[in-house]
This record gives sequence, C-alpha cells and structure tokens, in this order.
Amino acid sequence: MCLGIPGEIVEIMADREDFAMVSVAGVKRAVNIGLLTEDDEQLKAGDWILIHVGFALAKIDEREAEEAIRMLEGMGQAYTDELIALAQSDLAGER
Amino acid sequence: MPRQATWAEEAVREAEAEGPHIGAEHRSREQQVLDRIDRARARRPRVKEPRITLAHGAGGKATHNLIDAIFLEAFRNPELEQMSDAASLQIAGARLAFTTDSYVVSPLFFPGGDIGDLAVNGTVNDLAMSGARPLVISAGFILEEGFPTDDLRRIVASMAAAAEVAGVQIVTGDTKVVQRGKGDGCYINTAGIGVRERPIELNAANARPGDVILVSGPIGDHGVTVMLARGELDIEADIVSDTAPLHDLAATLLDAVDGVRMMRDATRGGVATILNEVAVASQAAVVLDEAAVPVRPEVMGASELLGIDPLYVACEGRFVAVVDGTRADAALAALRSHPMGAEAAVIGRVVEDPPGLVLLKTTFGGTRIVDMLVGDPLPRIC
Amino acid sequence: MRFVDEFRDAEKARMLSTRIAALCEPGRRYKFMEVCGGHTHTIYKHGLEDYLPETVSLVHGPGCPVCVIPMGRLDDAIAIAEQPDVIMTTFGDMMRVPGGRGSFYDANAAGADIRMVYSPLDSLKIARTNPDKRVVFMAIGFETTAPSTAMTVLRAAAEGLENFSVFCNHVTIIPAIKAILDSPDLRLDGFIGPGHVSTVIGCRPYEFISREHRKPLVCAGFEPLDILQSVYMLMTQLAQGRAEVENQYARVVPYNGNPKALKVIGETMRLRPHFEWRGLGFIAQSALQINDRYERFDAEKIFDVPGVRVADPKACQCGEVLKGVLKPWECKVFGTACTPETPIGTCMVSSEGACAAYYNFGRFTRERVQEATRA
Repeated sequence: MCLGIPGEIVEIMADREDFAMVSVAGVKRAVNIGLLTEDDEQLKAGDWILIHVGFALAKIDEREAEEAIRMLEGMGQAYTDELIALAQSDLAGER
Repeated sequence: MPRQATWAEEAVREAEAEGPHIGAEHRSREQQVLDRIDRARARRPRVKEPRITLAHGAGGKATHNLIDAIFLEAFRNPELEQMSDAASLQIAGARLAFTTDSYVVSPLFFPGGDIGDLAVNGTVNDLAMSGARPLVISAGFILEEGFPTDDLRRIVASMAAAAEVAGVQIVTGDTKVVQRGKGDGCYINTAGIGVRERPIELNAANARPGDVILVSGPIGDHGVTVMLARGELDIEADIVSDTAPLHDLAATLLDAVDGVRMMRDATRGGVATILNEVAVASQAAVVLDEAAVPVRPEVMGASELLGIDPLYVACEGRFVAVVDGTRADAALAALRSHPMGAEAAVIGRVVEDPPGLVLLKTTFGGTRIVDMLVGDPLPRIC
Repeated sequence: MRFVDEFRDAEKARMLSTRIAALCEPGRRYKFMEVCGGHTHTIYKHGLEDYLPETVSLVHGPGCPVCVIPMGRLDDAIAIAEQPDVIMTTFGDMMRVPGGRGSFYDANAAGADIRMVYSPLDSLKIARTNPDKRVVFMAIGFETTAPSTAMTVLRAAAEGLENFSVFCNHVTIIPAIKAILDSPDLRLDGFIGPGHVSTVIGCRPYEFISREHRKPLVCAGFEPLDILQSVYMLMTQLAQGRAEVENQYARVVPYNGNPKALKVIGETMRLRPHFEWRGLGFIAQSALQINDRYERFDAEKIFDVPGVRVADPKACQCGEVLKGVLKPWECKVFGTACTPETPIGTCMVSSEGACAAYYNFGRFTRERVQEATRA
C-alpha cells in the first residue's frame, strides 16, 4: 500500500512552503517536509529522508545507518574468522 | 442484525461443492492444499462479474479470464485457441500472420512518443513476434467531438513516420466521430498482415526444460512514462517511452540462431505475464533471476515510489524470447549486435518443475512466486 | 539505491541465518509475530523464510490496515461515493477490497467516481481543480499515515477549501497488540516491532510488552537484512533471558517518536470510543476520527453514511489469520473460493495481507522451490 522509501533532498523549495524536491534513484518528487520542521536542525539539500505517501516521515540518520552496516560487517568478519578457526581446528583434530 | 454478503456465501458454496478442504483437518498437509489450489487454478474459467471493470483490461488474470470465458467460448476455433498475438493463417498457399490491436492510451502524447507511434509499432511488433515480415496495416479512428484537429495531424504524422521506419504501409482505414463525452479524444484500432517467410512455428507451448529466457532490453520504461505523464503525481523523471518497431531485431535473432521457441513483446501485464503464459502453455516452470533483469535505475526509483513492480509494467519496444539453451550465447550476441538490443540480457531459464509456475530468485537469494497480474495497477497505458 | 541495497546483501543474510540457527535451543520452537503489513510483504517478497531455520517461524499479526477494515465500512465508503457530485479518492490497495456489495472497482463500473491516489495531497489537488465536486479522501493506515492525513486537513483548512473531506479509518497499533497478548490461543516468543509506525509513536509505547508480559520486541526496518537482524536480536534476548524493547531501525526510528507528527494528529483527530476490527471485533480506543474543531472535513458528518454492519462470510477465517492463529493455507477457503482475483476476505486482497503474500509469493513448499531454483 504505502511504503517508506529513502530519498535525498535535492533542494528545499523556496516558492512552496513545507516542500522539498527529493530524488529517489534520479526520479524527483516534490515531498512535504512539514512533519520534520520542528527539529532544532533545519533540513537541507543532501539530507536523506524517509518518504511515505508524499510526506517526509523521518530523517535518516546516516551515522546510524553506517553503524548498522558496520555492525553487520563486523559480525560478518567475526563469522568468517570463526569459520576459518573452525576449519583449522578440524584439520588439526584430524591429524 | 448484520447483513450478509451474498456474493461471498455463494462463492463459498460453489467451492465446497467441489469437495472438502483438507487444510483445516490436516494442519501438516500443506502440500495437499497447494495441490488443490493448482486444480482450482486449472479449472475452466468463468466470468462472475456482472459488469466489466478496469481489471478486465489490464492484461492480467481478469483479462485472460474474460477472453477464455466469453470470447473463446463463443468464437471457438483451432486458430483462436492458440491465443497468439498474431494468428497464423494459410490462405491460397500463402503463409500469413494476422493481428489486431486497439489503442486507448491516456495521455495521447507522452515523452518518447504518442498514440500514433504505439499504434503502428504495436501492430508491427505483434506480427514480428510470430516470425512474420510486417507488410500492411489498417487504421480505424474513433474521434471525440471537440478533439483538436492539430492533435490529429500530430498523431497521423507520427504514424506515417513510424510506418516508414518499419517498412509497412497503411493501406486502409476508417473514421468515426462520437459525441463529446462518449470517447476520450482519440482511440485507434489497427489490424496488420505480415508474411511468414520462415519455416518456423513460434509458440509459447514450445518452451521446454533447458531453454533460456532473454529480454531485449530494460523493462518498464513505457508504463512508468505514461503514469508520470498523466501529471497527477508530483514526479519528474528522465524516463521516456520505449515504443519502437521490433521487426528488425526479431529478424536478426531468427537469422542468427535456430531454436527460438517463441517471442512476445512485453505490453500490458509486463514480462511477468508473458512468462506465466509460457509456463502454463508449456506446462514447464520458469525460473527468473531478479539480479539479471535489466531495469533502468530511474524506472526502479519511480516504481518504488509508486509501489509497483517493473516485472508487471508494460513496455512497447521490448520483447521476451525463449531460446534453446545451447543457443543462448549466440542469441544474446545477436541481440546485442543490434542497436535496439544493446542491453539485451538472459534473465532466466525453463525447468521441469513445478509445472505452470514462474519462480523468482531474488537479488537477496530467496525465492518467491511471480504470479500473473491481478487487478490493474496501471490503467490505460497502451 | 542507497539505504536499500546495503541492506539486501545476500552474504550478510547467510551469516545472520547461521547465527540465528546457532542460537536455537535443541527441541524448542520459536514464534515471533510481526504487526506490520510492510513486514509481511518484505518477508514474502524476498523469500526470507528460506533464511530461517525450520524451528523459527514468523507469524503475521493484524498489521495490515486494509485487512482490518470490516465489510460494512467499505459499503459506507461506496455509499458516499454514490452520492451526487462526489469524487472518492483512496490508496490503490483499497480498489479491490470486497465489501458487502462488491469492491470500488465494481462501484466504478456501476457509475461511481472512485480514483486511486498516492498521497492525501493528491486528493487535495483534485478538490482544488474540481470546485463543483465534493472530494472525499478515504484515510486508512496506522499511526504511520495518520500524520499525513492530519497535515492534509490542516492545509485544507488553511486554504479555506469547502469541498474536501476525510472518511477516516485510521487505526492504532497498541490496542491491536494488546488484543493479541490477551488472546488465549497464542503462544508467542516475541515481536518484530512495526518500523514505520514507530517513527511516529517511538518505541516507548511498546515497553509494557516487556514489562508486563515479559516478551522482547525489536523494532525493525523493512529491508531483508533488517528483519533478519531483528530476529537475531530477538533470539539473542531469549538466549540471555532478557525481555526488552530494542531499536534495530535506529537509522530511521527515534526512540521518542516524531513530536510534530503526534501534535498534528492531536490537533485534528481524536480517538473513537471503540471501532470494529475485522476478525478482532470491537476494540476500545483503537481508531481515530476527525475532531469537532475540524468537523467540516469529516465525511461522516457531511454525508449520510449507512453504518450497517456486514457479517463476515461464515467460512471466512480472516480473523484467525490476522491473529496469527491460522496459517493462510489452513483457512477453509484459501485458494479455492478465496483467491487474489476472487477474494472473499481482506487478507487476500491487500498486497500486505498474509494470505495474498503467501498465495503470491510463498505458495510453494520450500524444498520444491529450492530444487527448482538451484543454480
């Protein structure tokens, strides 16, 4: 029905109050940012937001996103390390 | 006292008349339920709706149902039962292909083309998909009172240009005018005749395990373009319709390899619908590789925004081909050697099981079923 | 696509899958419920169940706001649409939902003017460009969508529009979760929390689940890795004997929610004393209506709405499916009388409904599908 899509703010529209032009994979849509205008930080071009039925519902915290990816990668690396350790111990055990 | 939904009670009674449902009694016998569903799906189609809805024109299940239950039922003959885009005829020793189409796109003019382009290219393509060389087209116009004459000139000019590129002639036609409000500007109906010079029979039923599925280029451009061109959505994108004549590209493929089982242009209902038709007709299964399906990033972005799946979105200048697996590389090379097939790709293969279904391996590595389109996400796009 | 593709990495999925399996206690089965139609959709669309061990199952709860609308409300919407000079506007999913007399598609075929929109703002635009028509927006959705409806009402008020109104069917998630927890039929080990609802209400409202019911909840994003990671976090909590609210979707969900969004809801709407949920019956304080201050935008005050209750067909088991008690294929009419093209219940119509998702995506047994798709 109505999904939430990440989009990048291309410009805050000067002539339309509460609107920003947002890009999703190169497709531009005018999005109402009125739900995000009471933060201390003003939205600006380059910010990423979550779009839902024509409105920006939340600002995407890029640091959190990177943190999430890094954690997954960390788990991945630890996982790979474990597999390697396991393989080596198997070999050691068999000898 | 709450009312009853009588249509629902009736539907349930009918289904129960066909035998008990075993899902509830044997909670672990999921497979039996699924088998029963397959039998239900294979049952003779009927149209229960008292009125035509937009779903009937979407090119998906409702359309197929309508055609089977009403048109095929009344007109039944061996050629019609083939349900090809073009009928294969043998008349006075000549092997011909014959097709018809109607164009009701809204808006009439959109980035990359207009209803006139669609009318000529669409008809040329139906003929080309049956392996024929398109020769002649008819064009019938239904114009609404008040329609700007200049718009008609523009459309006709597009048709003339498209006909020249495709090497066909518009040899007969008709014009009707209906009262204001009784027609949406301009509707066009076409019929086309082509000559089947090659000694091949292309048919969806010919697909067999081991075959590969190719698509001639990125999908979804046309449908998304038209949706955005309606101007109802605040969306800007650099997407244009892919409307184009495919006769030359098709000929290139047929010249290069034998073992082409079928070709079909991916119009209403999109690639997913064609593949379902292949799976059902051949009673094999189609396995699609999501990562291999070419989609322009902007089409993907617009589709995400609109909540639609490019696999179901119409193209007007792309076709799907099923080819003998051993010819896959040659087929792909042939397509890519042609300017219109530069982004062609192998997107899947035909396997034996489960018969009649299309499966998708997601980019993520999971699997899901890709059913035929239900409902109508994009009304009147071609 | 940024913030999407990174969370669809197959290799990380396999890694998470192995870790989830490693946390499974031998002989124990795990059941986690998600209460968000978007999650149901993602799980099936990406074939996520293929990544979970046999003993871990995901149950789909009443998270599809289309699915919980009773047939009678559909009939009410059609009754409004049938009145003179009315243009009804709605999200695409509603077009095929069957009421007591048919769907919006059928109503259009019989002469109504019901149009699909992608945003309530589109509806406002139609109202502006059709001053001689009365334009109604059928508002559906949980707290995710209510702020957008609220903002639209505020804009309509600011512009002094006189031909626009809202037929409000917004529902709230916490009463639904409470109904699930109070249900004797269910034995759940934890919840996958609704990601987008939480951007509005935050994570605090879920704390009663861990405090009073001792079950963990992880608020999850919508990409495949988000869901797998959330399952991993739930399993970890269980293994460590914890029952807490965690936020896996921290890149989008603020723990305290969106104050502006809550404010505009409060400004334009109020809770109904009770509301009927398909399959769950009447639930108190579980739905929103336009408040008195903005009643000129309330379609229920402007139009005569029949308000007739339509009983669910006796064979329809949407309620049990919505509670997660029945799997879709266990419903007596699944796949036979009730299919996506001939739906009896809402679970089959909405692309977020458990039955439609299962029918369209997950219908084949895992083994057969993996056999077929083996590279």
